[in-house]
Amino acid sequence: MSEGQSGAEQRLVTPGMVIGPSTGKHAGSGAIAQNEEFIATRLGWLNEQNDVVSVRPINSAYMPRSGDLIVGVVAEVRNNLWFFDVNGPFQALLPMSLAPWKVEFGSTRQHLGIGDAALARVQEVDEAHNMVLTMKGIGLRRLNEGCVVPIPVNLIDTLRGENNSMVSRIRDLTDCRIIVADNGRVWVHGDADNMFTARGLIQTLVDEGHMNNFEDAVHALEQQRGEN
Amino acid sequence: MGGYGDVKLLRDDGKRLDGRTVDEMRPVSIEAGVLPAADGSAMVTHGLNVAVAAVYGPMEAHPRKIQRQDRAVIDVRYNMAPFSTGDRIRPGFNRRSREISKVTAEALESVVLVERYPRSKIRVEIEILAAEAGTRCVGITAAAVALADAGIPMRDMIVGVASGKIEDTVVLDLDKAEDNYGQADLPVGILPNTGEIAFLQMDGDLSIEEFNLAMEYNFKAASEIHELMVDALKRRYERGDN
Repeated sequence: MSEGQSGAEQRLVTPGMVIGPSTGKHAGSGAIAQNEEFIATRLGWLNEQNDVVSVRPINSAYMPRSGDLIVGVVAEVRNNLWFFDVNGPFQALLPMSLAPWKVEFGSTRQHLGIGDAALARVQEVDEAHNMVLTMKGIGLRRLNEGCVVPIPVNLIDTLRGENNSMVSRIRDLTDCRIIVADNGRVWVHGDADNMFTARGLIQTLVDEGHMNNFEDAVHALEQQRGEN
Repeated sequence: MGGYGDVKLLRDDGKRLDGRTVDEMRPVSIEAGVLPAADGSAMVTHGLNVAVAAVYGPMEAHPRKIQRQDRAVIDVRYNMAPFSTGDRIRPGFNRRSREISKVTAEALESVVLVERYPRSKIRVEIEILAAEAGTRCVGITAAAVALADAGIPMRDMIVGVASGKIEDTVVLDLDKAEDNYGQADLPVGILPNTGEIAFLQMDGDLSIEEFNLAMEYNFKAASEIHELMVDALKRRYERGDN
């Protein structure tokens, strides 16, 4: 697979486990320094790069950061704004000024109703988790077709692969439009059979992601398609 | 002898009624990730105790009045199933389950990095399916594994263990008879890596020497259980193991 999957044996750490001495290194995400030692704070694979020791978590909740591309589902509509469920602990707010349409006060429901999905970007997040979205930007739109597949947030990088290579391969294989959003939702659109195949592949990743055999599954399908 | 008079809890050969030595624990087994719907879950079997813990969140804290602007709140619900003991337990909260929920929440708050998730809530549900003394400790152990399984950042994983006194002898891990007819019970929540104590309760009287011995037993048992906790988490996620 793309990075660090082959090669040296990876170490699984559990919260509270001593990772090693902290001298000359920095604690990244999932690690804290305590008494000159690094302690893991999450269950995950140990990662050390450029003097930064971090833990790549096996399971984690989506924590929004500004600039993230997300697939949101409208949870609540007010006269001048929408609230989106973004698969995180808090709902995100889309003010009508940041919608891509010219919206009159009170006419928000004509553009997006409860249950509608949309592709948006995180404009800003403050320290109290207040989150503002924007739909002004290239490709940001209401999702009228296709389907949304949830995947664990920690598997997003695996699904994308290096420079989106993996997701491009799946696109080529299945002839689907696929957008992998940062909040653990994947939008898939194509004809029914292809969508079924693409969703099946993504589900393989979800079910067996910890076994690092996703690339094999994609490769197997490529071979199969090549023969036919 | 104090307690209940002439109940004999130690055999003539110095062993306990179930054949354990004084510093021997009941058999423990732990499994992580038992509930598909929860963000994290664990099942702990400790002797005849069976506890299942489920963790949900972090999520927006509701009602809003419980939100803390600077940290997450941990909402623990400890519950014994009506069928968990010989006498049916009336379903729902009672004084005892409220107390245990509260002390468990406070113990977990001391290890979870709650400041990472302001205004949110982490829900921990502990369900005791079968009870045989020491359920609060089993519940804490299960909750710690479930929190780790859910990917919640923590300083350490709490281990719940208990020691006590029967017939003026300090013993590790009381069973039901020893708990009911013994002289003292000392459940603690231990952080195995630092040796800190996240929670401690004492029922009955122990002298300082007895207390120290009981804590020595507790620390020994905690490190054993901690290995099982780590092993359970690894088993779930180790490559090639499904």
